[in-house]
Amino acid sequence: MPAIEILGLEKTYSVGFWRKRPKRALLPLHLKVEKGEVFGFLGPNGAGKSTTLKLLMGLVFPTSGSAKILDMDLDDPRMKARIGFLPEQPYFYDYLTGQELLNYYAQLSGVPGKERSHRVATMLERVGLKDAANVQLRKFSKGMLQRVGIAQAILHNPEVVFLDEPMSGLDPMGRREVRELMEQLKHEGKTVFFSTHILSDAEALCDRVAVINKGELRGVGAISELTSTVQGKIEIVWRGTAIPAALKNMNAEFFVSGDSVRAILPEQQQEAALETLQRERLHLISLTPLSTSLEEYYLQKVQQASANATQTAAGGRA
Amino acid sequence: MSARIAYIASNTFREAVRDRVLYNLIAFALLMSGAAILVGQVSFGIERLVVVNLGLSAVSLFGIVIAIFIGIGLVSKEIEKRTLYTVLSRPVQRWEFIVGKFFGLAGTLAVNTFLMAIGVFAALLYVSRQFHGTDGWIAVALYFSILQFLMMTALALFFSSFASPLMAAVFAFALFVIGNFSEDLRGFAAMTHGLQRWLATGAAYLLPNFSALNIITSVAHEQPVSSSLIFYNTIYALVYTAMVMAAGVLIFQRRNLK
Amino acid sequence: MTRTKLVTISAGFILVACMCASILLLNRVDQLRPQATLEEVLYLPSPKVLRRMSLGYDGLLADIYWTRAVQYFGGHHAVGAMHFQLLAPLLNIATQLDPHLVVAYDFGANFLSPPPPNGAGQPQEAVRLTNFGIENNPNEWLLYYNLGFIYYMELKNYAGAADAFSRGSQIPGAHPFMRILAAQMAEHAGEIETARMLWTATYQNSKDKNIRANAAAHLRALRVDDDVAHLETLVDEFRERTGRIPSSFAELQIPGLNGGTPVDPLGNPYKLTPYGHIEVQHPDDFPFIVNGAPPGYIPPKVPKFLPSD
Repeated sequence: MPAIEILGLEKTYSVGFWRKRPKRALLPLHLKVEKGEVFGFLGPNGAGKSTTLKLLMGLVFPTSGSAKILDMDLDDPRMKARIGFLPEQPYFYDYLTGQELLNYYAQLSGVPGKERSHRVATMLERVGLKDAANVQLRKFSKGMLQRVGIAQAILHNPEVVFLDEPMSGLDPMGRREVRELMEQLKHEGKTVFFSTHILSDAEALCDRVAVINKGELRGVGAISELTSTVQGKIEIVWRGTAIPAALKNMNAEFFVSGDSVRAILPEQQQEAALETLQRERLHLISLTPLSTSLEEYYLQKVQQASANATQTAAGGRA
Repeated sequence: MSARIAYIASNTFREAVRDRVLYNLIAFALLMSGAAILVGQVSFGIERLVVVNLGLSAVSLFGIVIAIFIGIGLVSKEIEKRTLYTVLSRPVQRWEFIVGKFFGLAGTLAVNTFLMAIGVFAALLYVSRQFHGTDGWIAVALYFSILQFLMMTALALFFSSFASPLMAAVFAFALFVIGNFSEDLRGFAAMTHGLQRWLATGAAYLLPNFSALNIITSVAHEQPVSSSLIFYNTIYALVYTAMVMAAGVLIFQRRNLK
Repeated sequence: MTRTKLVTISAGFILVACMCASILLLNRVDQLRPQATLEEVLYLPSPKVLRRMSLGYDGLLADIYWTRAVQYFGGHHAVGAMHFQLLAPLLNIATQLDPHLVVAYDFGANFLSPPPPNGAGQPQEAVRLTNFGIENNPNEWLLYYNLGFIYYMELKNYAGAADAFSRGSQIPGAHPFMRILAAQMAEHAGEIETARMLWTATYQNSKDKNIRANAAAHLRALRVDDDVAHLETLVDEFRERTGRIPSSFAELQIPGLNGGTPVDPLGNPYKLTPYGHIEVQHPDDFPFIVNGAPPGYIPPKVPKFLPSD
């Protein structure tokens, strides 16, 4: 049983006041997320990521298609008790303190009374808001709000966690903290479905990603596969400005900057290149294998014509 | 009823209190004490009448204003600030949310009215030195005011489930005014003929009927209120409130929360 | 999505059930407070205060009280009431809120003064209201006409009537008959022709359909009275001539009928009784007749107005 199963979910809004025009926010989407996976939902702003999440949360209703979470319908309260959700740029009841807010949400999620205060206290500590427990949310900084947001999403120990742009608007420290929290969730065996347009986050955290643009699924794949599909190259950097003649014959590219040279050449010539540098007594700074980045994959998928997108999607699903 | 409704209701109550809604009581207290002192010195023989009329009218007006202006924000504010997202992604059904919000505001108004009632009776005691048997009818008038607040809260919630806050406020206030003339409207409808009569009568009956719930003047004149009027007014107000709430749920149930 | 459907069906059911229940309850509540209007009028502070309290919407409020007055009178009239004690206060409130509400003065003049059940039987109130109307609308000749009408018909004060008609006749745009009426008051006080003229004027100049129906009924009654008197004169002449009562209208040879049967204003033939009396077939259709009703006839409590008027 998959954690999330999306079967042709589709959303068309009608926009305009007088003469309604249809606006297709999401084309029929098919997607399956297995239990325990960390799944990244990638796409530029306005691609349909939030729409998908709102459909899954039952906040908007699909034009057609359906979806199941934990094998239950989207309007099933039993399912809702087993999932957590962090909306994009969350905003909470600012007249409540951190503790009151989490307590309210714990009540709504059906956390038993006995467990509640303990659970709230642990959660505040876990997201580093122990000291702010009795501070009203109107005095919270953006980062603190985001952390409260994550706390409310995982407060009731859900099996599946949906996070909409969890890192947006955070400073580097905050991003690292959120990243660590997500890694913890992964270790706890939870399914995490999160949307982002920040690729490095996705690359660092995800098992699989889907790329979406203009309401259309453009591709799905495992990170490990995506980043190793292109043949390897290496990057060598050494001190100096000299480029040995032997290297020049090696089908390589050279970039001279300041007092170092950077060369990019095929992987199989690594040994020969290193020998040459040693022979010439040049000071080696680094050697890095280059792989195709998620970025390349992403850009390729986002920009590709929409016609073959369905094909790719179908392939990705299989 | 589900515990979640109670949780939402108590959070709504907490919000109202923290947003200083009950501060209106200060204005009310000033009004009542000022009126009691002033009327004791100025008028002759109608002190009680003035205090009861003024007190009950102020209770009604303050309550209606709170019911409308808090009521229209109950849902729309949560949509606008997206706080609703984190509520509805939990095992909370939409109708539970609406009903919980209703009870939260209704509770706020009940507490508010109770505190105001103390003020009215205190002012009454000040001007007439003692309570009379007929003063019990004032409590009935206050109770009818609360019934009106229930209907107004439901109407404000209903309008805010599909209209913008400003429009919802306009609609709700218009219905409050019309509701006070609903007997006349039913009279107008009865004067038309044929199909028009059916349509007009139907519309007139769908409007809230506040005139039967407004007994301030007759109470001020120490007129008794029949127990059957209390009974039927209670049932009517509850049934009307339930009707409006059901309509609100039907609309909100289908609404896309963009 | 059966759960959503369940909520929809339940909410829909509650909606419809509560709608029906609220209609029934509202009717019950309305029945419980029949004196609502009465109390309201009795507790009302002066119309001046009410006017201030209407926050500038006094015109609207006047219309509401005017409608209440019509409903109050119509509702009580329809069940044959003999007391209309609230008609005057309601009209007073309406006209004080909007002193230019001419239709309210018109209504008051026509239904305050006649004795019950056709009116409130308060001609003095009607005079007071009409005078208030004239004060505020000195250029409405219809108000002078109404004043003269009340003086003539109810108070039998022919000098007052003559004064009212002559003052009204001086207003630009006044109907020419005002002058004639003023003159006739002095010469022909109490004549059937004058009454006919007055009712015709009312019928032609009023915009209110109740007033028009009332006037039309009076005009028909006057014609019946006329016809019956005329026919009974012919019967008397016939008896003097022949020593017996005619067995049919044909025997009378009424001029212009060619031996036919005379008909009443609604087109039904008159009846000739064996005792030589003339009667209408349906006396209920002619509420205000003096002649032509069968002996011992008791008119219904509520005068019958015809919808066609």
